[in-house]
Amino acid sequence: MAYSDKTRQAFVDDIETIKKRGIFKEKRFICSPQGAVIDVEYPEGAPRKEVLNFCANNYLGLSSHADVIKAAHEGLDSRGYGMSSVRFICGTQDIHRELQDKMSSFLGMEDTLLFPSCMDANAGVFESILEPEDVIIADRLIHASLVDGIRLCSAQYDTFKHMNMKHLEKKLELHQDKRHRLIVTDGVFSMDGDLCPLDEMCELSEKYDAMLLVDESHASGFIGRTGRGTHEHFGVMDKIDLITTTFGKALGGASGGCVSGRKELVELCRQKARPYLFSNSMAPPIVAGSIKVIEVLSKTTERRDKLEENTQRFREKMTSAGLNIRSGVTPIVPVMLYNAKLANDMARDMYAEGIYVIGFFFPVVAAGAARIRVQLSAAHEIEHIDKCVDAFAKVGDKYGIIGMDKKAIIDKYGM
Amino acid sequence: MDEMKSVVLEYIVDEYVDEDDDVEVDFDTALISSGIVDSFSMVSLKVFLEKKYDISLSDSEATPEAFDTVTSIVELVNKHLG
Repeated sequence: MAYSDKTRQAFVDDIETIKKRGIFKEKRFICSPQGAVIDVEYPEGAPRKEVLNFCANNYLGLSSHADVIKAAHEGLDSRGYGMSSVRFICGTQDIHRELQDKMSSFLGMEDTLLFPSCMDANAGVFESILEPEDVIIADRLIHASLVDGIRLCSAQYDTFKHMNMKHLEKKLELHQDKRHRLIVTDGVFSMDGDLCPLDEMCELSEKYDAMLLVDESHASGFIGRTGRGTHEHFGVMDKIDLITTTFGKALGGASGGCVSGRKELVELCRQKARPYLFSNSMAPPIVAGSIKVIEVLSKTTERRDKLEENTQRFREKMTSAGLNIRSGVTPIVPVMLYNAKLANDMARDMYAEGIYVIGFFFPVVAAGAARIRVQLSAAHEIEHIDKCVDAFAKVGDKYGIIGMDKKAIIDKYGM
Repeated sequence: MDEMKSVVLEYIVDEYVDEDDDVEVDFDTALISSGIVDSFSMVSLKVFLEKKYDISLSDSEATPEAFDTVTSIVELVNKHLG
């Protein structure tokens, strides 16, 4: 028997170490469709409880939208359940082509290639287009999947301070001797909700002859006047070379991702990206549902407008209630607590109040920057938002942090 | 030794600490384990040391442990300089 007691004990010890570090992820079960109101079994085995969900990436409330579900059913009936193939052998249907074309049009790019996930898109894009004589210059807070993709590719890499354009310029000057330069950033950063200043970044990319890749996973569908993304918000839709994004968040929330951009770069991904070449196609019902999502969002901005109103209401009311939130305009709203135990304890108490939120702390965010991350959705109604704020005010009062700034919270609870 | 420590410290503060960060870094401040320098952006420091002191650091040497303080970084560089 290869899995001896000694071997087993080594893995048991690894799990114990994770628990001791306080970063063990507990099981939570959702027993309903995704939405603003969900049935949750937590802890495992506990009776189900109806709570308001404020931690999903369901920004536009499309995860359980009737038209999307209907389209997925039709896709299932007309194109089947799965492809049993990677894309380039016998896994590309006409609807895969249709979704790619619709995404190119929606994002304002030349071409698009679907991947099983955006994690896969980010894992494959760099190795497909760059060589050892090239350099990637990345924001230090980019998503983990971009970090993994960068590490998988043979190009050199460097980093710049988060959204610090002076530091980026310094790095661009430093790397003028490389063949190609590729700047990499998130459009909206998932933990802080920051909007990357893409207008300034585009100026630098032109000045220093660098390409620009933006991960729009937390932006596609709702950032910008018509929801096209961060590049629309900053008026630089024609200046981005590559976008990676997901269908697993605002755009329906199922799964799948894509690389969209300059046609030569997308073609190289089609020829060389290993997650594209060696992993199955997006399933037909999800492709059909995603096509419907893009159609809905191309017709009306109603959902992103409601999300914007919800975000504004929540941010204003939380500030009025004396909670310390990170300023910004996106529906990702970090409630800053700085101390990991405080973040965990308050999230648990919020759940008891019927609000499902999660605490985040080092190493997921910087040390001493623990927070509860709240994510707004167009599926939320005014009464949901008000109930969430009331719960934060009640729980915040219990812990004596109402009206406190960063220094006061740290003085009281430590970092 | 102290001069090298000062050079490395100055680079780290300039490269990794933002003006509005409430962080003070000295020769023995934990850099990686405290989150001031993360494993992804550690590459800038490695390249700086290699260029500045004309050495080559292998991946097995440039570990988060070896890069955790200015003191340990300087010890590693001095090993290469003999």
